[in-house]
Amino acid sequence: MTRRRYFWNWFFEKSLALSALVSIATLMGIFLLLTLNSWKAFERIGLGEFFSLDAWNPAAFDAPSYGIASLLVGTFLTTVGATLLAAPLGVGMAFFLSEVGPSWLRNVLKPMVELMAAVPSVIMGFAGIVLVGPFLAQAFDLPNGLNALNGSILLAFMALPTIVSVSEDVVQAVPQAYKEASYALGANRWETLTQVTLPACYSGLLAAIMLGVGRAIGETMTVLMATGNATAMPSGFFSSVRTITATVAIEMGEVPTGTTHYYTLFACALVLFLITLLINYSAERVAARLRKRGQ
Amino acid sequence: MEKYVLQIEQLHLYAGSKHILKGISMNIPEHQIVALVGPSGCGKTMLLRSINRMHDLNPDIRIEGRILFKGKNVLDRHTDPVQLRRQIGMVFQKPNPFPKSIFKNVEYGLKINGMRHSAHIRDAVENSLKQSHLWDEVKEELDKSALELSGGQQQRLCLARAIAVAPEVILLDEPCSALDPISTAKVEETLLELKQLFTIVIVTHNLQQARRIADQTAFMYLGELVEYGPTVQMFEQPQQELTYNYLHGHFG
Repeated sequence: MTRRRYFWNWFFEKSLALSALVSIATLMGIFLLLTLNSWKAFERIGLGEFFSLDAWNPAAFDAPSYGIASLLVGTFLTTVGATLLAAPLGVGMAFFLSEVGPSWLRNVLKPMVELMAAVPSVIMGFAGIVLVGPFLAQAFDLPNGLNALNGSILLAFMALPTIVSVSEDVVQAVPQAYKEASYALGANRWETLTQVTLPACYSGLLAAIMLGVGRAIGETMTVLMATGNATAMPSGFFSSVRTITATVAIEMGEVPTGTTHYYTLFACALVLFLITLLINYSAERVAARLRKRGQ
Repeated sequence: MEKYVLQIEQLHLYAGSKHILKGISMNIPEHQIVALVGPSGCGKTMLLRSINRMHDLNPDIRIEGRILFKGKNVLDRHTDPVQLRRQIGMVFQKPNPFPKSIFKNVEYGLKINGMRHSAHIRDAVENSLKQSHLWDEVKEELDKSALELSGGQQQRLCLARAIAVAPEVILLDEPCSALDPISTAKVEETLLELKQLFTIVIVTHNLQQARRIADQTAFMYLGELVEYGPTVQMFEQPQQELTYNYLHGHFG
């Protein structure tokens, strides 16, 4: 009997350790896969060419060029645009849900916002083509509405559930004692909100926004459908852009294996991976600091 | 005749369906320290928080009766709780300084009360920190986070923050329950000095504290005010047997 108990104890301990190991091994495996294949790209074209202002034209017959600057700018534009739209909207919404609106409204709205995360990205892209695109074209008198702004708007909506949900938790976690102290001094609701509650959750809100951005930057299908995918260096939010994610998604299926082009796509993926890793890691760090302070 | 700052008349308080305060009536004289004592759950804190309308934050609580502050009913719908709380300050059971610097903790109340001139603010911060006997300990490090102070220092900072806005009444909800005896003595000393300037209502579990500092003591039990009178009389010749038993430690 005791031996059997001993066995199960051993069994569960090891199988839990194994499942933890699998996720770490997968992450390392992806990283290795990307690095080893990217290495060949860097060997052939050099880091200088890769990060140069040369056009992204890897399939050109006579003189292919592999500069990802325009793709990076495309990713940067859509992501920054999405952040500028989603951050104030999401944080504002979180404050409304937590501090201003009645609690029944919060109980209805918060799950609804979180449900927005369940909308498949291809449907968001669809909305970008048939709703946001025509609207932008008409509003700003453009030949078509498939541009960086379109992508930003859609990505903002996709980042919103994360930002609202995490921010709302952060605002809720501000101790009631701070608010009571403020009210007891004769502060009104607005003063308490802006001068006590908000400063008490700056770092948590930052983490919420970064988690949302982390989601936006890696998003592929939506931007692929909504931003027009021109590889030329964009001149602003009304330019058609191609993000790194869209580039990999469009070209990976058609590129001949083993070519420079093939390896360069791995390098694109590696760059993306490192960016998202950095953002998520920083967000985690901020969140961890917050948890420690909360104790 | 004594002048009453606060007159509580037939105060009933319900939390949901629970009847918590059952017809409390008492007068609080100016420039005195009034202690509210009684076993846990008797409604002392509820009574205290009614006085500056802190229950507004909780929609489940319903209050009947009147609390007159200088003749005006604070519970009236037309009384602005924000204005009221500028005249009736509060210090809480657990020290709750804002996660800001020591200086900013005191400055906050001054600023929201319309003080703009930075020299005036500086003077007022210094004054209130001196009144709460914290100045000498923190004058070199006013920019340090208030959260780095000890519990006793934090509570004196909360007191300084409350008196900085120059209220007329200060409500204290067991301010020393989280403090060691030395910190407690400092707070008590401060309160005895402050009663020259303010009227003080203090909820306490520490009967010796009530005896040391209070001019008047009120004994509450199960939501009712059992007895209220001068502290010496309450401790030495109480009118009610219940008061005698509680104040002499027979139950509690």
